[in-house]
Amino acid sequence: MKFKSWKDLPEGAIITNVPTSLGFKTGDWRTKRPFYYPEKCKHDLLCWLYCPDSAVIVKAGKVVDFDMEYCKGCGICVKVCPHDALEMKEEEV
Amino acid sequence: MKTVTKKILALTGNEAAAYAMKQINPDVVAAYPITPASEIVQIFSKYVSDGVVDTEFVPVESEHSAISVCVGASAAGARIMTATASQGLALMHEILYIAASLRLPIVMVVGNRALSAPINIHCDHSDTMGSRDSGWIQMYCENADEVYHTLIAAVKIAETANLPCMVTMDGFIVTHGMENVEVLEDGEVQEFVGKRNPLYSVLDIENPITIGPLDLYDYYFEHKRSQLEGVLNAKKIIPAVIDEYNKKFDKNIPSFVEEYRTEDAEIVIVAMSSAAGTLKEVVDIEREKGEKIGLLRLKVFRPFPHEILREKLKNVKVLGVMDRAETFSTMGGPVSIEVKAALYPLEKRPLLQDFIFGLGGREFTLENALEVVDILKKIKKEEKVSEEFIYIGIKE
Repeated sequence: MKFKSWKDLPEGAIITNVPTSLGFKTGDWRTKRPFYYPEKCKHDLLCWLYCPDSAVIVKAGKVVDFDMEYCKGCGICVKVCPHDALEMKEEEV
Repeated sequence: MKTVTKKILALTGNEAAAYAMKQINPDVVAAYPITPASEIVQIFSKYVSDGVVDTEFVPVESEHSAISVCVGASAAGARIMTATASQGLALMHEILYIAASLRLPIVMVVGNRALSAPINIHCDHSDTMGSRDSGWIQMYCENADEVYHTLIAAVKIAETANLPCMVTMDGFIVTHGMENVEVLEDGEVQEFVGKRNPLYSVLDIENPITIGPLDLYDYYFEHKRSQLEGVLNAKKIIPAVIDEYNKKFDKNIPSFVEEYRTEDAEIVIVAMSSAAGTLKEVVDIEREKGEKIGLLRLKVFRPFPHEILREKLKNVKVLGVMDRAETFSTMGGPVSIEVKAALYPLEKRPLLQDFIFGLGGREFTLENALEVVDILKKIKKEEKVSEEFIYIGIKE
């Protein structure tokens, strides 16, 4: 990665090419991952609502996938799911 | 017959500051009262209530909140002013750095007052010296007239340099001392300060930005270097704006330093703020006796005008530096330490004596000033400095 010179940075340390958070993949922070049981899922979307990283992918009102590039393994989705459709498991390499 | 066109008012330093603020008519003022600067915003809040200014006045619950409001409002692109002193400035400490590094112009009047403990309401410079490395411009004024004119110029300096600026005056000595102040017309002030052209605005939804994000070892270092560049630019902006002001309004307010009878001087005293008035008197007395002595008043402490000091003091034999704050470094006050550093590259440096004086409002009398001169004359005669610092006017 090529870094910029201090001379090329915007004054005031502001960020102009927002949202830069998209380029910041938080998935590699993870030590545990949510494991999904689609047969138990009622699609109430509580996991989607609570996920701090918008890592639950929903299409047409249904949970379809988890974006593991951003899921940092916090476990909130598992905690809020009333149907045991999610479980935290050790990350395997 | 000479036509008098200048308007002169009898004002205290606080009143002069409030009057300048009225004419500047800032968009937002957020402040919390503290002695000896309370009056500034007290008077200003009356202007707000009377509808003579358009300012959004935010009375907050602490100085930490006051400066935080200033930061937010300045980031929105507005013209911002506030006032504080002593513990209030100390409570603002962490946010001062944020204002400067986000490059947000804010003009703050400070009535210099000692820091606790013991609790004290009177003048010394420990408050603003405590924030000397926060990245703010610091301008120390000698009297109420200078406060008035410097404040108006400071708005343009801060907004051109995109840096916050403190304009200070000695607590009680100047904040509460009534003097003649030559004021401008409202329209003249408005025309001079013009319209702020912000570096960015958080309210500009067409150009969304993030301010104050996390910045680790990859770019924090570069951002600090970039901030320094802004301060280096301010060194050009300060004299340019002051020159423009002086020319436009036929004034003679100093930018970085004021020289008083320093031509051919062998002894020079470096001092800041109101003590310079007493020292000018002593310079006159000594000049009358044939002593080659002068005063160099340091007005801008940040950025430090080391190039100017190096040039102006290179041929001086003996230098006395007046410090109204203690550093507890055991090597004297902040001004003397920086003056020493500024002169270090010279091949032949003047003998330098630091004097600590006036802490907690201890009066700096003509006798004290004469004592300073006597010590400097002795140093000149003996060609040596034997004490790291001397406390002037202390009960031994």
